Amino acid sequence: MTRTSRRQTWRLLFLISPSLFWLIVFFFLPLILVFAISFGQRGTYGGVKWVLNLENYLRFFDPLYLRIFGRSVFIALATTVICLLVGYPLAYFIANRPPRWRNGLLLFLMIPFWTNFLVRTYAWLLLLRDAGLINLFWTGPLHNLLAQLALVVPLPIWGPLLNVTSTPLKLFATDGAIIIGLVYAWLPDMVLPCYAAIERLDYSLVEAAQDLYANRLKSFLRVILPLTMSGIVAGSVLVFIPSLGAYVTPDLLGGAKSIMIGNVIYSQFMSARDYPFGSAISFVLMAVMLVGTLIYFRMGKE
Amino acid sequence: MAEYAVELREVSKHFGPVVAVDTVSLSIGDGEFFSLLGPSGCGKTTTLRLIAGFELPTQGDVYIDGQLQGETPPYRRPVNTVFQNYALFPHMTVFQNVAFGLEMQKVPKEEIRQRVLAALEMVQLPGMENRKPDQLSGGQQQRIALARALVNRPKVLLLDEPLGALDLKLRKAMQLELKALQHRVGITFIYVTHDQEEALTMSERIAVMHKGRVLQMGPPAEIYEQPADRFVADFIGETNFLEGRVSEVRAGEVTVLVDGALEVPVPATANVVGGQQTTLAIRPEKISLHASPHDLPALPGRIEEVIYIGTDTRYLVRLTEQTMVMVREQNLGAGDMVRFHTGQPVYVSWVFGCARLLTE
Repeated sequence: MTRTSRRQTWRLLFLISPSLFWLIVFFFLPLILVFAISFGQRGTYGGVKWVLNLENYLRFFDPLYLRIFGRSVFIALATTVICLLVGYPLAYFIANRPPRWRNGLLLFLMIPFWTNFLVRTYAWLLLLRDAGLINLFWTGPLHNLLAQLALVVPLPIWGPLLNVTSTPLKLFATDGAIIIGLVYAWLPDMVLPCYAAIERLDYSLVEAAQDLYANRLKSFLRVILPLTMSGIVAGSVLVFIPSLGAYVTPDLLGGAKSIMIGNVIYSQFMSARDYPFGSAISFVLMAVMLVGTLIYFRMGKE
Repeated sequence: MAEYAVELREVSKHFGPVVAVDTVSLSIGDGEFFSLLGPSGCGKTTTLRLIAGFELPTQGDVYIDGQLQGETPPYRRPVNTVFQNYALFPHMTVFQNVAFGLEMQKVPKEEIRQRVLAALEMVQLPGMENRKPDQLSGGQQQRIALARALVNRPKVLLLDEPLGALDLKLRKAMQLELKALQHRVGITFIYVTHDQEEALTMSERIAVMHKGRVLQMGPPAEIYEQPADRFVADFIGETNFLEGRVSEVRAGEVTVLVDGALEVPVPATANVVGGQQTTLAIRPEKISLHASPHDLPALPGRIEEVIYIGTDTRYLVRLTEQTMVMVREQNLGAGDMVRFHTGQPVYVSWVFGCARLLTE
């Protein structure tokens, strides 16, 4: 190594030292700690007994946890797909506005997120629960309106419709409620990367496709979609990972029945005081996310 | 077969308050090499986009091969475009790029393969099928863009400044190649350029555009030799403009008094009136210099500046206090090419018909 390149290496090390320090102390060391604990054993009164065993990892494969884990993956996937179906067209719309409109529209997207996450999730609770706003409308004005209509225009459909609207919808404490809450929470994380990719797209390529006899659908599938795939991949990862590990949203909107793997980890640490098992689940979750993300990125490249 | 490959009938395009194309009428023949020439913002690219279908006219009608286009989308028009930045699909190989149009038209696989390979052969890039566009040089990308359009055998090929991004030498070579290619395939080319030399070199006919209007349309020699107005004379090649007043009108000849001192005879144009303010245009290469008054009617002057530029020598000659003309002498023969020197008195003359009276 020459003297100048060695000096450059030192200079680089110096420049990254703050972030390096941060990563080591607050990320890498705790991770090692959690990894070590995951091989331990729960002490009689909580705490950790340092015995090396794989018991915690084996316990994860109990059907009870596997079912919760499977449901978590399903909810996270559903959240990601819905975010994509809602977020991509929205990003496309914003990216195709005149430049002076775009930042304003993105700002509108962000405004709700200036409010505390917990408060926003509680707001959904108020909307979705049995005596919530949606059900008040469903069993109140909507039901009455249908009853009035039934008096004016006699049709056979009114009977079943009145029947359905007479009882509140079961929205709260379902997987659906969790998915709604998660989509709401992570939608901007899908829109922003998609927007960045779509905005960067050279529109003359779309014109070239149309010039070469591709109709709107074909030019979308063959040109726009593949060229904005990087945004879709990034957005999906950004939505899927926090959704899979979600804790607050299922806790508030899932009720007692619908829980996700994040809630299990929480309860291991906070109620059961089984640190080793909680650590083991955390590590399994991380491994699944890592593998999933790698596969997904590779898919996006092709 | 329709009479014209492309016909525009009083087509206008407005973008809000901006009139990009203003009542343009064009009739472009089958197999013709037609150029739209003008400075940037003159409406030439918009005109091309109106033919391709990327824009729809605010007023007027576009016909392709005799068919009224109306609101026909670009993907149903029998034209293909070579874009200014080539617009090659970066995620596809060269083969996939060239095959794209045929695939969309559901041409059988084997035929696609044959036609794509033939098209690559035609643009002299065989064996490049598996490259990605970013592995090609600018000139090669240009050829692929050309192949991608021509492989579809369109009725009309639209080219939007296709050589703009290439360096001068390559551009010159491609000009000749494009011209030869057009001759070989027999497809109508509509070529947009701001480069007057390019338009003169390649086109059978040129339409000069300015501020959304077609100012003059005709073969290159006509555009150059008989510019319709001052803008055309100024935009195409170099021109000397002499401001003056019509002092005498006779049959077929008009005398213009330049700066109240210089009497210049020029061929008459229609509706010239005595006393009218007017502009004379004369090309620098049409003027000759003499050391003594020749038998030709000559105007006296003085050499103001001498510029040697290799192929020619340019002389700036002062005729009156306010008026100077640029004279361009081709450097024929051997030896000293600079015949006159700064400050030397000279006489300028030209063949009678070379000076043109311009109407504003």
